Amino acid sequence: MAKKKFVVGCFDDEEVLFPAVSKVRTAGYKIHDVYTPFAVHGLDHALGLRETSLHTAGFIYGITGTTTALSCISWIFTKDWPLNIGGKPHFALPAWIPITFELTVLFAAVGMVLTFCYISQLAPFVKKHHFHARATDDLFVMVIECTDTTNAEDLKAFLASNGAVETDIQIAEEGWWLGRYDKEEMRFENKQIVAA
Amino acid sequence: MHLKYESQLREPLVYGDKNYHQVTEDIVRPIEAKPTKLWYVGFYIAVCLLMFGVYSIYRDVTYGIGQWNLNKTVGWGWDITNFVWWVGIGHAGTLISAILLLFRQGWRTGVNRAAEAMTIFAVMCAGQFPIWHMGRVWMAFFVLPYPNTRGPLWVNFNSPLLWDVFAISTYFTVSLLFWYSGLLPDFATVRDRAFTKLRKRLYGVAAFGWTGSTKHWQRHESLSLVLAGLSTPLVLSVHTIVSFDFATSVIPGWHTTIFPPYFVAGAIFSGFAMVQTLMLMIRKIFSMEDYITVGHIEAMNKVIVLTGSIVGVAYLTELFMGWYSQNKYEGYTFWYSRANLFSPYGWSYWGMMACNVLSPQIFWFRKMRRNLFVTFFMSIIVNIGMWFERFVIIVTSLYRDYLPSSWSVYYSPTIWEIGFYAGTFGLFFTCFFLFAKYFPVIAIAEIKYVLKTTGEGYKDKMGHLEHVPVEVFTHSGHGHTTVENDAASHG
Repeated sequence: MAKKKFVVGCFDDEEVLFPAVSKVRTAGYKIHDVYTPFAVHGLDHALGLRETSLHTAGFIYGITGTTTALSCISWIFTKDWPLNIGGKPHFALPAWIPITFELTVLFAAVGMVLTFCYISQLAPFVKKHHFHARATDDLFVMVIECTDTTNAEDLKAFLASNGAVETDIQIAEEGWWLGRYDKEEMRFENKQIVAA
Repeated sequence: MHLKYESQLREPLVYGDKNYHQVTEDIVRPIEAKPTKLWYVGFYIAVCLLMFGVYSIYRDVTYGIGQWNLNKTVGWGWDITNFVWWVGIGHAGTLISAILLLFRQGWRTGVNRAAEAMTIFAVMCAGQFPIWHMGRVWMAFFVLPYPNTRGPLWVNFNSPLLWDVFAISTYFTVSLLFWYSGLLPDFATVRDRAFTKLRKRLYGVAAFGWTGSTKHWQRHESLSLVLAGLSTPLVLSVHTIVSFDFATSVIPGWHTTIFPPYFVAGAIFSGFAMVQTLMLMIRKIFSMEDYITVGHIEAMNKVIVLTGSIVGVAYLTELFMGWYSQNKYEGYTFWYSRANLFSPYGWSYWGMMACNVLSPQIFWFRKMRRNLFVTFFMSIIVNIGMWFERFVIIVTSLYRDYLPSSWSVYYSPTIWEIGFYAGTFGLFFTCFFLFAKYFPVIAIAEIKYVLKTTGEGYKDKMGHLEHVPVEVFTHSGHGHTTVENDAASHG
């Protein structure tokens, strides 16, 4: 995969981040992504991301579960092997509601989680480039992709003037690959651990 | 300004003047430190109990379940009692994480992770009972509907016992997915501050390569919300279906229409009691007093007094119907086998009444709800009471059937039934101790999300907003303009 150049600006407060995002976008820079330690509501809109359609996928998985349950049970109990249970009707719909419901939920939940992992490229042994180790701790890391016309130093200064506490230029592959996290630089090697 | 505002009247959910990094430090500390002596002692006891359980199960498989003291009328005894008890306990976690998420109850963030873990372990324990009760456990896959060479002989889709198979396995799967998807960002936090290569590698695998990308968070939020929406009816359905195991039969004492709501209320009641027991322990052992506050404990005690009273009304309704139906078998079961203290099992009924209905009423008093010792004691009492409830429902309905000649001599468990039960405690606590040591016991990312609205240090700073007119908030739109500026411009 081709390596690209990124300018990284770290913010320590979402209140500073939001105005910075809009200024960077107004200035015409392309924000690659913002990595945050928790779900910052409204940031997706501020970045101009479209709504996710994951819930629509969930609905489709759900009705797949419903139809699977109903069609399987009715085929089994009316065509394949009709059991006489106390002389009751073979097509005993009320008695099938619990299983139909459970399968609806099961299909929707499993399908959504798998879809989520697939589209977000999340899986065990997947390794990604991390622009900053503290992006999962307390920093909001804005990553801007450099084009041919971008002056990286100017951009760094621009980010700093908009409240970035730390700026950096990184060359990275933006995709994902299989790899091991223990192979990379140990940022916390000298950390003192106090026994509780 | 944070995007949300919470009234000053509400108690802070996070005590102390903390920033995001301190939250990480506080919650990850137990994972990075050596386990304490208390942890080793607890873990050792749990593993011993588990071994006792494993040996009991080994005997069950070798000699058959004839080694249990079941007899002609009491065909279901401790085994099914323990099953229902554990499944009930397994209801609080998903209730906290799903229903309280939909109701936007901010206090769930402090307790949801551990409560969900508890749910998963409790359902694992519950599952043991029907599985080993099968006797020939290597045939367990016969409960699944799959095309086979025996006809194909399908399972009976009209049977509540099969509904149970689907309900419990769906519940386990969905709870596990919900729990693990919430864990991904927190595992990434642990991974990114790992100080040994092994930790980095293991937590790296566990975190699935999570980066914290905005798009991922957006999908993650959508996923959590939809899973919560799916889990909400699921929680209610699971114990409803467990109650159908009894309610669809024609045994006096079981054949009642109030069973589903009565079982669900009881399940939430016992589940919250177990959450209290564990939370008070976690809070103490890992010094999480700032995150699992007395306010959290009080909120859960309110749920306990509500559901305990619902259960109490159900007990009284059953007694009333036992008389009002004028059915002599119903009357015999409810008024002789249960409510008569001097009948063979009267003690269990009144034990249940005392533990489940009378004693939780002390939680009407705020002082008691906020007293940690009383809460801990009551959480144990409630679970004893809920065990009695299942025992009462099962044994007192069965031990005297329609044919007096088969009325059983007194049913009491053998050491292997007790051993099996003790073994599930071992399984539960072994899992829970491992969880408490290696997993973030509090949802780090979720605490960070609510920190600036509900943290003690931040609430003080927002005091001036009490005097800002509501229109300022409603008209500020999506512009992410700071509320201070708006307030200033409005004079």
